[in-house]
Amino acid sequence: MPDIVASIAESRADRVVPPSGFTARLTLFTAAAMAFLAVFAMALSLAAGRLADRWSSELARAATVRISAPADQMAIQTEAAMRVLRATPGVQSVQLLDETAERALLEPWFGPDLPLESLPVPNLIEIIEEGSGFDVAGVRLRLQAEAPGAVLDDHTRWRQPLVAAADRLRLLGLVSIVLIAAATAAMVTLAANSALAANSQVIEVLRLVGARDAYIARAFVRRFAMRTFAGALAGTILAVISILILPGNGPVDGGFLTGLGFQGLGWLGPIVVPPLAGLVAFVATRVAAFRALKRIT
Amino acid sequence: MIQLSDVSYGYGGDDLLSNVSLELKPGSFHFLTGPSGAGKTTFLKLCYMDLVPSSGRITLFGKDIKDMTRDDVAHTRRRVGVVHQDCRFLDHLTLSQNISLPLEVADRGDEAENLRQLMAWVGLSDRGDALPPQLSGGERQRAALARAVIMSPEFVIADEPTGNVDWEMSQRLLALLVELNKMGKTILIATHDLNLIRAAKAQVSARVLRIRDRTLQLAGAEL
Repeated sequence: MPDIVASIAESRADRVVPPSGFTARLTLFTAAAMAFLAVFAMALSLAAGRLADRWSSELARAATVRISAPADQMAIQTEAAMRVLRATPGVQSVQLLDETAERALLEPWFGPDLPLESLPVPNLIEIIEEGSGFDVAGVRLRLQAEAPGAVLDDHTRWRQPLVAAADRLRLLGLVSIVLIAAATAAMVTLAANSALAANSQVIEVLRLVGARDAYIARAFVRRFAMRTFAGALAGTILAVISILILPGNGPVDGGFLTGLGFQGLGWLGPIVVPPLAGLVAFVATRVAAFRALKRIT
Repeated sequence: MIQLSDVSYGYGGDDLLSNVSLELKPGSFHFLTGPSGAGKTTFLKLCYMDLVPSSGRITLFGKDIKDMTRDDVAHTRRRVGVVHQDCRFLDHLTLSQNISLPLEVADRGDEAENLRQLMAWVGLSDRGDALPPQLSGGERQRAALARAVIMSPEFVIADEPTGNVDWEMSQRLLALLVELNKMGKTILIATHDLNLIRAAKAQVSARVLRIRDRTLQLAGAEL
Protein backbone atom coordinates (compact mmCIF):
# COMPACT_ATOMS: atom_id res chain seq x y z
CA MET A 1 0.00 0.00 0.00
CA PRO A 2 2.74 2.57 0.81
CA ASP A 3 4.28 2.06 -2.64
CA ILE A 4 0.92 2.64 -4.32
CA VAL A 5 0.33 5.85 -2.40
CA ALA A 6 3.89 7.00 -3.09
CA SER A 7 3.61 6.32 -6.80
CA ILE A 8 0.26 8.09 -7.03
CA ALA A 9 1.85 11.10 -5.40
CA GLU A 10 4.78 11.16 -7.83
CA SER A 11 4.76 14.42 -9.71
CA ARG A 12 7.00 15.93 -12.36
CA ALA A 13 8.86 17.89 -9.70
CA ASP A 14 9.40 14.72 -7.64
CA ARG A 15 11.01 13.04 -10.63
CA VAL A 16 14.07 15.27 -10.54
CA VAL A 17 15.13 13.70 -7.25
CA PRO A 18 16.45 10.16 -7.68
CA PRO A 19 14.62 7.46 -5.75
CA SER A 20 16.50 6.55 -2.59
CA GLY A 21 15.65 3.14 -1.18
CA PHE A 22 17.26 3.46 2.23
CA THR A 23 15.72 6.76 3.34
CA ALA A 24 12.39 5.69 1.86
CA ARG A 25 12.31 2.50 3.90
CA LEU A 26 13.58 4.31 7.01
CA THR A 27 10.88 6.96 6.74
CA LEU A 28 8.13 4.42 6.11
CA PHE A 29 9.18 2.25 9.04
CA THR A 30 9.59 5.20 11.41
CA ALA A 31 6.22 6.66 10.47
CA ALA A 32 4.50 3.28 10.84
CA ALA A 33 6.08 2.61 14.24
CA MET A 34 5.29 6.10 15.53
CA ALA A 35 1.70 5.96 14.32
CA PHE A 36 1.29 2.55 15.98
CA LEU A 37 2.57 3.97 19.29
CA ALA A 38 0.47 7.13 18.94
CA VAL A 39 -2.73 5.15 18.39
CA PHE A 40 -1.99 2.96 21.40
CA ALA A 41 -1.19 5.98 23.58
CA MET A 42 -4.45 7.53 22.43
CA ALA A 43 -6.43 4.35 23.17
CA LEU A 44 -4.89 3.96 26.63
CA SER A 45 -5.50 7.59 27.45
CA LEU A 46 -9.12 7.50 26.29
CA ALA A 47 -9.83 4.21 28.07
CA ALA A 48 -8.28 5.41 31.32
CA GLY A 49 -10.22 8.64 31.09
CA ARG A 50 -13.49 6.79 30.41
CA LEU A 51 -12.98 4.43 33.33
CA ALA A 52 -12.11 7.21 35.76
CA ASP A 53 -15.06 9.27 34.50
CA ARG A 54 -17.38 6.36 35.09
CA TRP A 55 -16.10 5.72 38.59
CA SER A 56 -16.18 9.38 39.37
CA SER A 57 -19.69 9.78 38.02
CA GLU A 58 -21.08 6.72 39.81
CA LEU A 59 -19.50 7.71 43.11
CA ALA A 60 -20.65 11.28 42.70
CA ARG A 61 -24.28 10.15 42.45
CA ALA A 62 -24.14 7.92 45.52
CA ALA A 63 -23.45 8.40 49.21
CA THR A 64 -23.38 6.17 52.25
CA VAL A 65 -24.52 6.60 55.83
CA ARG A 66 -22.76 4.42 58.39
CA ILE A 67 -24.48 3.94 61.73
CA SER A 68 -22.45 2.79 64.69
CA ALA A 69 -24.45 2.70 67.89
CA PRO A 70 -24.97 0.51 70.97
CA ALA A 71 -27.02 -2.60 70.18
CA ASP A 72 -30.17 -1.26 71.86
CA GLN A 73 -29.90 2.05 69.95
CA MET A 74 -29.02 0.63 66.55
CA ALA A 75 -32.55 0.06 65.23
CA ILE A 76 -33.85 3.38 66.57
CA GLN A 77 -31.01 5.43 65.12
CA THR A 78 -31.18 3.56 61.81
CA GLU A 79 -34.89 4.28 61.51
CA ALA A 80 -34.31 7.93 62.43
CA ALA A 81 -31.58 8.26 59.81
CA MET A 82 -33.79 6.64 57.15
CA ARG A 83 -36.54 9.09 58.01
CA VAL A 84 -34.24 12.08 57.74
CA LEU A 85 -32.86 10.89 54.43
CA ARG A 86 -36.25 10.13 52.90
CA ALA A 87 -37.38 13.64 53.78
CA THR A 88 -34.29 15.25 52.23
CA PRO A 89 -34.73 16.97 48.83
CA GLY A 90 -32.33 15.64 46.19
CA VAL A 91 -32.38 12.08 47.48
CA GLN A 92 -33.86 9.67 44.98
CA SER A 93 -33.78 6.54 47.11
CA VAL A 94 -32.37 5.18 50.31
CA GLN A 95 -31.74 1.54 51.01
CA LEU A 96 -30.60 -0.16 54.17
CA LEU A 97 -28.12 -2.89 53.30
CA ASP A 98 -29.35 -6.17 54.69
CA GLU A 99 -27.18 -8.87 56.20
CA THR A 100 -26.66 -10.60 52.84
CA ALA A 101 -25.47 -7.42 51.18
CA GLU A 102 -23.13 -6.62 54.10
CA ARG A 103 -21.78 -10.16 54.06
CA ALA A 104 -21.10 -9.80 50.32
CA LEU A 105 -19.21 -6.56 50.97
CA LEU A 106 -17.03 -8.11 53.68
CA GLU A 107 -16.53 -11.49 52.03
CA PRO A 108 -13.48 -10.45 49.94
CA TRP A 109 -11.62 -9.57 53.15
CA PHE A 110 -12.96 -12.01 55.76
CA GLY A 111 -14.22 -14.98 53.76
CA PRO A 112 -17.73 -16.51 53.47
CA ASP A 113 -18.05 -17.84 57.03
CA LEU A 114 -17.98 -14.56 58.87
CA PRO A 115 -20.29 -14.63 61.98
CA LEU A 116 -21.78 -11.29 61.17
CA GLU A 117 -24.50 -11.49 63.81
CA SER A 118 -21.93 -11.67 66.63
CA LEU A 119 -19.83 -8.74 65.39
CA PRO A 120 -20.49 -5.03 65.99
CA VAL A 121 -20.80 -4.33 62.29
CA PRO A 122 -22.32 -0.90 61.61
CA ASN A 123 -25.52 -0.59 59.59
CA LEU A 124 -25.05 0.89 56.13
CA ILE A 125 -27.57 2.99 54.21
CA GLU A 126 -27.00 3.53 50.50
CA ILE A 127 -28.27 6.87 49.16
CA ILE A 128 -28.87 7.47 45.43
CA GLU A 129 -29.05 11.13 44.53
CA GLU A 130 -31.21 12.84 41.94
CA GLY A 131 -30.92 16.15 40.14
CA SER A 132 -28.19 18.33 41.56
CA GLY A 133 -27.90 16.19 44.71
CA PHE A 134 -28.64 17.09 48.32
CA ASP A 135 -27.28 19.57 50.85
CA VAL A 136 -24.52 17.51 52.47
CA ALA A 137 -23.83 19.93 55.33
CA GLY A 138 -27.56 20.21 56.17
CA VAL A 139 -28.02 16.43 56.19
CA ARG A 140 -24.99 16.02 58.44
CA LEU A 141 -26.46 18.47 60.96
CA ARG A 142 -29.86 16.80 60.94
CA LEU A 143 -28.35 13.33 61.29
CA GLN A 144 -26.26 14.56 64.20
CA ALA A 145 -29.46 15.67 65.91
CA GLU A 146 -31.66 12.68 65.06
CA ALA A 147 -29.12 9.84 64.93
CA PRO A 148 -25.84 10.73 66.67
CA GLY A 149 -24.18 7.46 65.59
CA ALA A 150 -24.74 8.16 61.89
CA VAL A 151 -21.84 9.29 59.72
CA LEU A 152 -22.48 10.53 56.17
CA ASP A 153 -19.83 9.66 53.58
CA ASP A 154 -20.43 11.51 50.31
CA HIS A 155 -17.37 9.81 48.69
CA THR A 156 -15.58 13.13 48.14
CA ARG A 157 -12.32 11.83 49.55
CA TRP A 158 -12.46 8.89 47.09
CA ARG A 159 -13.71 10.86 44.12
CA GLN A 160 -11.18 13.70 44.20
CA PRO A 161 -8.06 11.50 43.76
CA LEU A 162 -9.84 9.62 40.94
CA VAL A 163 -10.69 12.83 39.11
CA ALA A 164 -7.10 14.03 39.59
CA ALA A 165 -5.80 10.68 38.32
CA ALA A 166 -8.07 10.88 35.29
CA ASP A 167 -6.84 14.39 34.49
CA ARG A 168 -3.22 13.29 34.85
CA LEU A 169 -3.80 10.25 32.64
CA ARG A 170 -5.33 12.42 29.93
CA LEU A 171 -2.43 14.86 30.21
CA LEU A 172 0.09 12.01 30.05
CA GLY A 173 -1.62 10.69 26.92
CA LEU A 174 -1.49 14.12 25.34
CA VAL A 175 2.17 14.58 26.29
CA SER A 176 2.97 11.13 24.85
CA ILE A 177 1.31 12.01 21.56
CA VAL A 178 3.15 15.36 21.38
CA LEU A 179 6.44 13.58 22.13
CA ILE A 180 5.71 10.99 19.44
CA ALA A 181 4.96 13.78 16.95
CA ALA A 182 8.19 15.56 17.92
CA ALA A 183 10.19 12.33 17.58
CA THR A 184 8.59 11.73 14.17
CA ALA A 185 9.55 15.25 13.09
CA ALA A 186 13.12 14.72 14.31
CA MET A 187 13.48 11.40 12.50
CA VAL A 188 11.95 12.73 9.29
CA THR A 189 14.29 15.73 9.50
CA LEU A 190 17.28 13.40 9.86
CA ALA A 191 16.13 11.30 6.91
CA ALA A 192 15.45 14.43 4.83
CA ASN A 193 18.86 15.87 5.69
CA SER A 194 20.44 12.58 4.70
CA ALA A 195 18.56 12.62 1.37
CA LEU A 196 19.46 16.27 0.77
CA ALA A 197 23.15 15.59 1.47
CA ALA A 198 23.13 12.53 -0.79
CA ASN A 199 21.56 14.61 -3.55
CA SER A 200 23.72 17.72 -3.22
CA GLN A 201 24.99 17.35 -6.79
CA VAL A 202 21.44 17.02 -8.10
CA ILE A 203 20.48 20.16 -6.21
CA GLU A 204 23.47 22.05 -7.63
CA VAL A 205 22.54 21.07 -11.18
CA LEU A 206 18.94 22.13 -10.58
CA ARG A 207 20.01 25.50 -9.18
CA LEU A 208 22.33 26.07 -12.14
CA VAL A 209 19.57 25.44 -14.68
CA GLY A 210 17.35 27.96 -12.91
CA ALA A 211 15.31 25.97 -10.40
CA ARG A 212 13.91 28.02 -7.55
CA ASP A 213 14.40 26.80 -3.97
CA ALA A 214 10.66 26.20 -3.71
CA TYR A 215 10.74 23.88 -6.73
CA ILE A 216 13.63 21.82 -5.34
CA ALA A 217 12.19 21.75 -1.83
CA ARG A 218 8.79 20.67 -3.20
CA ALA A 219 10.30 17.52 -4.69
CA PHE A 220 11.73 16.47 -1.31
CA VAL A 221 8.81 17.71 0.77
CA ARG A 222 6.14 15.89 -1.26
CA ARG A 223 8.15 12.71 -1.25
CA PHE A 224 8.78 12.67 2.51
CA ALA A 225 5.26 13.84 3.37
CA MET A 226 3.70 11.09 1.24
CA ARG A 227 6.05 8.43 2.58
CA THR A 228 5.30 9.46 6.15
CA PHE A 229 1.57 9.52 5.43
CA ALA A 230 1.76 6.06 3.86
CA GLY A 231 3.82 4.66 6.75
CA ALA A 232 1.54 6.25 9.34
CA LEU A 233 -1.52 4.87 7.56
CA ALA A 234 -0.07 1.35 7.70
CA GLY A 235 0.91 1.79 11.37
CA THR A 236 -2.51 3.15 12.28
CA ILE A 237 -4.34 0.29 10.56
CA LEU A 238 -2.14 -2.25 12.33
CA ALA A 239 -2.69 -0.55 15.69
CA VAL A 240 -6.48 -0.39 15.25
CA ILE A 241 -6.61 -4.06 14.22
CA SER A 242 -4.46 -4.97 17.23
CA ILE A 243 -6.79 -3.07 19.57
CA LEU A 244 -9.91 -4.58 18.01
CA ILE A 245 -8.66 -8.14 18.44
CA LEU A 246 -7.62 -7.67 22.07
CA PRO A 247 -9.34 -10.39 24.14
CA GLY A 248 -12.54 -9.27 25.86
CA ASN A 249 -12.72 -6.02 23.91
CA GLY A 250 -16.16 -4.72 23.25
CA PRO A 251 -19.00 -2.76 24.73
CA VAL A 252 -19.05 -4.80 27.96
CA ASP A 253 -18.75 -3.02 31.25
CA GLY A 254 -15.35 -4.48 31.93
CA GLY A 255 -12.18 -3.25 33.49
CA PHE A 256 -9.36 -1.13 32.18
CA LEU A 257 -7.83 -3.57 29.70
CA THR A 258 -11.12 -4.90 28.37
CA GLY A 259 -12.31 -1.32 27.85
CA LEU A 260 -9.31 -0.43 25.63
CA GLY A 261 -10.51 0.93 22.33
CA PHE A 262 -12.26 3.81 20.63
CA GLN A 263 -15.89 4.82 20.94
CA GLY A 264 -17.90 7.50 19.19
CA LEU A 265 -15.89 10.66 18.57
CA GLY A 266 -12.83 8.83 19.88
CA TRP A 267 -12.52 7.23 16.43
CA LEU A 268 -11.47 10.63 15.11
CA GLY A 269 -8.18 10.06 16.97
CA PRO A 270 -6.78 7.24 14.80
CA ILE A 271 -8.35 8.80 11.69
CA VAL A 272 -6.34 12.03 12.09
CA VAL A 273 -3.03 10.26 12.84
CA PRO A 274 -1.91 9.63 9.19
CA PRO A 275 -2.71 13.15 7.89
CA LEU A 276 -1.21 14.67 11.02
CA ALA A 277 1.98 12.61 10.53
CA GLY A 278 2.08 13.74 6.89
CA LEU A 279 1.71 17.35 8.01
CA VAL A 280 4.50 16.98 10.57
CA ALA A 281 6.75 15.50 7.85
CA PHE A 282 5.76 18.28 5.44
CA VAL A 283 6.81 21.00 7.89
CA ALA A 284 9.96 19.18 9.05
CA THR A 285 11.18 18.45 5.52
CA ARG A 286 10.37 21.95 4.29
CA VAL A 287 12.39 23.55 7.09
CA ALA A 288 15.29 21.12 6.52
CA ALA A 289 15.22 21.61 2.74
CA PHE A 290 15.24 25.41 2.81
CA ARG A 291 18.00 25.40 5.42
CA ALA A 292 20.11 23.06 3.26
CA LEU A 293 19.41 25.00 0.05
CA LYS A 294 20.67 28.24 1.58
CA ARG A 295 24.13 26.68 1.70
CA ILE A 296 24.13 26.27 -2.10
CA THR A 297 24.56 29.30 -4.39
CA MET B 1 24.20 42.36 -20.87
CA ILE B 2 26.89 41.87 -18.23
CA GLN B 3 29.20 44.37 -16.65
CA LEU B 4 32.06 43.67 -14.27
CA SER B 5 33.64 46.60 -12.42
CA ASP B 6 36.90 46.07 -10.52
CA VAL B 7 35.94 42.51 -9.70
CA SER B 8 38.33 40.43 -7.65
CA TYR B 9 37.89 36.88 -6.52
CA GLY B 10 40.05 34.71 -4.31
CA TYR B 11 40.16 32.62 -1.22
CA GLY B 12 42.73 31.94 1.45
CA GLY B 13 44.12 35.44 0.98
CA ASP B 14 45.22 34.92 -2.64
CA ASP B 15 43.36 36.54 -5.52
CA LEU B 16 42.68 34.32 -8.54
CA LEU B 17 41.31 37.32 -10.40
CA SER B 18 42.19 40.89 -9.55
CA ASN B 19 40.38 44.12 -10.49
CA VAL B 20 38.73 42.72 -13.61
CA SER B 21 36.54 45.13 -15.52
CA LEU B 22 34.56 44.19 -18.58
CA GLU B 23 31.32 44.91 -20.35
CA LEU B 24 29.72 42.46 -22.79
CA LYS B 25 27.17 44.16 -25.03
CA PRO B 26 24.04 42.29 -26.07
CA GLY B 27 24.63 40.31 -29.26
CA SER B 28 28.42 40.21 -28.84
CA PHE B 29 30.56 37.11 -29.35
CA HIS B 30 33.60 36.64 -27.11
CA PHE B 31 36.17 33.94 -26.59
CA LEU B 32 38.05 33.65 -23.33
CA THR B 33 41.52 32.15 -23.43
CA GLY B 34 44.43 31.75 -21.08
CA PRO B 35 46.73 29.09 -19.71
CA SER B 36 45.39 26.29 -17.57
CA GLY B 37 44.70 27.45 -14.03
CA ALA B 38 44.60 31.10 -15.09
CA GLY B 39 41.05 31.46 -13.81
CA LYS B 40 38.88 31.03 -16.91
CA THR B 41 36.38 28.76 -15.21
CA THR B 42 36.37 31.01 -12.13
CA PHE B 43 35.62 34.00 -14.37
CA LEU B 44 32.74 32.17 -16.04
CA LYS B 45 31.34 31.07 -12.66
CA LEU B 46 31.33 34.70 -11.56
CA CYS B 47 29.40 35.52 -14.74
CA TYR B 48 26.63 33.01 -13.97
CA MET B 49 26.61 33.71 -10.23
CA ASP B 50 27.97 30.35 -9.15
CA LEU B 51 30.64 32.35 -7.30
CA VAL B 52 30.33 35.67 -5.51
CA PRO B 53 33.16 38.18 -6.02
CA SER B 54 35.38 39.12 -3.07
CA SER B 55 35.14 42.73 -4.17
CA GLY B 56 33.86 44.76 -7.07
CA ARG B 57 30.47 44.81 -8.75
CA ILE B 58 28.81 42.55 -11.30
CA THR B 59 25.69 43.70 -13.09
CA LEU B 60 23.72 41.14 -15.07
CA PHE B 61 20.76 42.21 -17.20
CA GLY B 62 21.00 45.60 -15.52
CA LYS B 63 20.78 44.31 -11.96
CA ASP B 64 23.57 44.14 -9.39
CA ILE B 65 23.92 40.50 -8.40
CA LYS B 66 24.42 41.53 -4.76
CA ASP B 67 20.87 42.87 -4.74
CA MET B 68 19.39 39.66 -6.11
CA THR B 69 17.34 37.34 -3.92
CA ARG B 70 17.70 33.59 -4.39
CA ASP B 71 14.58 33.59 -6.56
CA ASP B 72 16.05 36.45 -8.63
CA VAL B 73 19.19 34.36 -9.17
CA ALA B 74 17.08 31.40 -10.31
CA HIS B 75 15.05 33.55 -12.71
CA THR B 76 18.22 35.20 -14.07
CA ARG B 77 19.86 31.83 -14.67
CA ARG B 78 16.94 30.91 -16.92
CA ARG B 79 18.11 33.72 -19.19
CA VAL B 80 21.67 32.37 -19.17
CA GLY B 81 22.56 29.07 -20.83
CA VAL B 82 25.65 27.48 -19.36
CA VAL B 83 27.79 24.62 -20.68
CA HIS B 84 29.86 23.47 -17.73
CA GLN B 85 33.28 21.99 -18.22
CA ASP B 86 32.36 18.88 -16.25
CA CYS B 87 28.94 18.51 -17.97
CA ARG B 88 26.95 17.57 -14.88
CA PHE B 89 23.64 15.78 -15.44
CA LEU B 90 21.01 14.04 -13.35
CA ASP B 91 22.08 10.45 -13.84
CA HIS B 92 18.65 8.94 -13.14
CA LEU B 93 16.95 10.92 -15.92
CA THR B 94 17.19 10.10 -19.61
CA LEU B 95 19.15 12.33 -21.93
CA SER B 96 16.04 13.99 -23.37
CA GLN B 97 14.71 14.62 -19.86
CA ASN B 98 18.07 16.15 -18.90
CA ILE B 99 18.12 18.39 -21.95
CA SER B 100 14.59 19.64 -21.28
CA LEU B 101 15.30 20.11 -17.55
CA PRO B 102 15.59 23.94 -17.76
CA LEU B 103 12.09 24.02 -19.29
CA GLU B 104 10.83 21.62 -16.63
CA VAL B 105 12.11 23.68 -13.69
CA ALA B 106 10.66 26.83 -15.26
CA ASP B 107 7.24 25.11 -15.49
CA ARG B 108 7.48 25.27 -19.27
CA GLY B 109 7.78 21.53 -19.82
CA ASP B 110 5.06 21.60 -22.47
CA GLU B 111 7.18 23.92 -24.62
CA ALA B 112 9.73 21.26 -25.54
CA GLU B 113 8.63 21.11 -29.18
CA ASN B 114 12.11 21.96 -30.46
CA LEU B 115 13.75 19.27 -28.33
CA ARG B 116 13.83 16.76 -31.18
CA GLN B 117 15.25 19.30 -33.61
CA LEU B 118 17.87 20.39 -31.12
CA MET B 119 18.92 16.80 -30.39
CA ALA B 120 19.24 16.16 -34.11
CA TRP B 121 21.39 19.26 -34.47
CA VAL B 122 23.85 18.03 -31.83
CA GLY B 123 23.76 14.50 -33.28
CA LEU B 124 21.96 12.84 -30.38
CA SER B 125 18.63 11.92 -32.03
CA ASP B 126 19.00 8.23 -31.28
CA ARG B 127 20.30 8.72 -27.74
CA GLY B 128 17.24 10.36 -26.17
CA ASP B 129 16.46 7.39 -23.92
CA ALA B 130 20.06 6.83 -22.84
CA LEU B 131 21.13 7.63 -19.30
CA PRO B 132 24.04 10.06 -18.82
CA PRO B 133 26.48 7.41 -17.50
CA GLN B 134 26.01 5.57 -20.83
CA LEU B 135 27.26 8.57 -22.85
CA SER B 136 30.75 9.25 -24.13
CA GLY B 137 32.58 12.46 -23.22
CA GLY B 138 31.72 14.00 -26.59
CA GLU B 139 28.07 13.06 -26.31
CA ARG B 140 27.93 14.62 -22.85
CA GLN B 141 29.36 17.88 -24.18
CA ARG B 142 26.87 17.99 -27.03
CA ALA B 143 24.04 17.24 -24.63
CA ALA B 144 25.27 19.97 -22.28
CA LEU B 145 25.20 22.49 -25.12
CA ALA B 146 21.69 21.39 -26.10
CA ARG B 147 20.53 21.82 -22.48
CA ALA B 148 22.17 25.25 -22.33
CA VAL B 149 20.33 26.59 -25.38
CA ILE B 150 16.93 24.89 -25.11
CA MET B 151 15.44 27.87 -23.26
CA SER B 152 16.68 30.16 -26.04
CA PRO B 153 18.69 32.14 -23.48
CA GLU B 154 19.85 35.69 -24.06
CA PHE B 155 23.36 34.89 -22.87
CA VAL B 156 25.25 31.65 -23.53
CA ILE B 157 28.33 30.81 -21.50
CA ALA B 158 30.35 27.75 -22.51
CA ASP B 159 33.38 26.34 -20.75
CA GLU B 160 35.45 24.32 -23.27
CA PRO B 161 32.36 23.18 -25.19
CA THR B 162 34.35 21.38 -27.88
CA GLY B 163 37.05 19.83 -25.70
CA ASN B 164 35.96 16.23 -26.27
CA VAL B 165 34.46 16.30 -29.76
CA ASP B 166 36.03 15.80 -33.18
CA TRP B 167 36.63 18.65 -35.62
CA GLU B 168 33.50 18.02 -37.61
CA MET B 169 31.29 18.02 -34.55
CA SER B 170 33.04 21.06 -33.09
CA GLN B 171 32.17 22.90 -36.30
CA ARG B 172 28.52 21.86 -35.93
CA LEU B 173 28.45 23.08 -32.36
CA LEU B 174 30.14 26.31 -33.35
CA ALA B 175 27.61 26.77 -36.15
CA LEU B 176 24.83 26.45 -33.56
CA LEU B 177 26.44 29.11 -31.37
CA VAL B 178 27.00 31.35 -34.39
CA GLU B 179 23.34 30.98 -35.38
CA LEU B 180 22.29 31.90 -31.84
CA ASN B 181 24.58 34.93 -32.00
CA LYS B 182 23.04 36.00 -35.28
CA MET B 183 19.68 35.82 -33.53
CA GLY B 184 21.00 38.43 -31.09
CA LYS B 185 22.22 36.18 -28.29
CA THR B 186 25.39 37.08 -26.41
CA ILE B 187 28.04 34.34 -26.50
CA LEU B 188 31.03 33.85 -24.19
CA ILE B 189 33.18 30.77 -24.76
CA ALA B 190 36.24 29.71 -22.77
CA THR B 191 38.51 27.59 -24.97
CA HIS B 192 42.05 26.52 -25.69
CA ASP B 193 41.16 25.67 -29.26
CA LEU B 194 42.71 28.35 -31.48
CA ASN B 195 41.32 26.67 -34.59
CA LEU B 196 37.83 27.07 -33.19
CA ILE B 197 38.47 30.77 -32.60
CA ARG B 198 39.76 31.22 -36.14
CA ALA B 199 36.76 29.38 -37.57
CA ALA B 200 34.40 31.55 -35.58
CA LYS B 201 36.11 34.78 -36.54
CA ALA B 202 35.57 33.81 -40.15
CA GLN B 203 31.81 33.76 -39.53
CA VAL B 204 31.10 36.41 -36.87
CA SER B 205 32.71 39.41 -35.34
CA ALA B 206 34.25 37.64 -32.37
CA ARG B 207 36.58 39.23 -29.87
CA VAL B 208 39.10 37.38 -27.77
CA LEU B 209 39.69 37.98 -24.07
CA ARG B 210 42.75 36.59 -22.35
CA ILE B 211 43.35 36.03 -18.66
CA ARG B 212 46.96 36.60 -17.74
CA ASP B 213 48.50 37.45 -14.39
CA ARG B 214 45.07 37.45 -12.73
CA THR B 215 43.80 40.21 -14.98
CA LEU B 216 41.70 40.26 -18.12
CA GLN B 217 43.18 41.57 -21.34
CA LEU B 218 41.75 42.10 -24.77
CA ALA B 219 43.59 40.00 -27.32
CA GLY B 220 42.75 38.95 -30.81
CA ALA B 221 44.92 40.86 -33.22
CA GLU B 222 47.44 38.05 -33.36
CA LEU B 223 44.82 35.35 -33.84
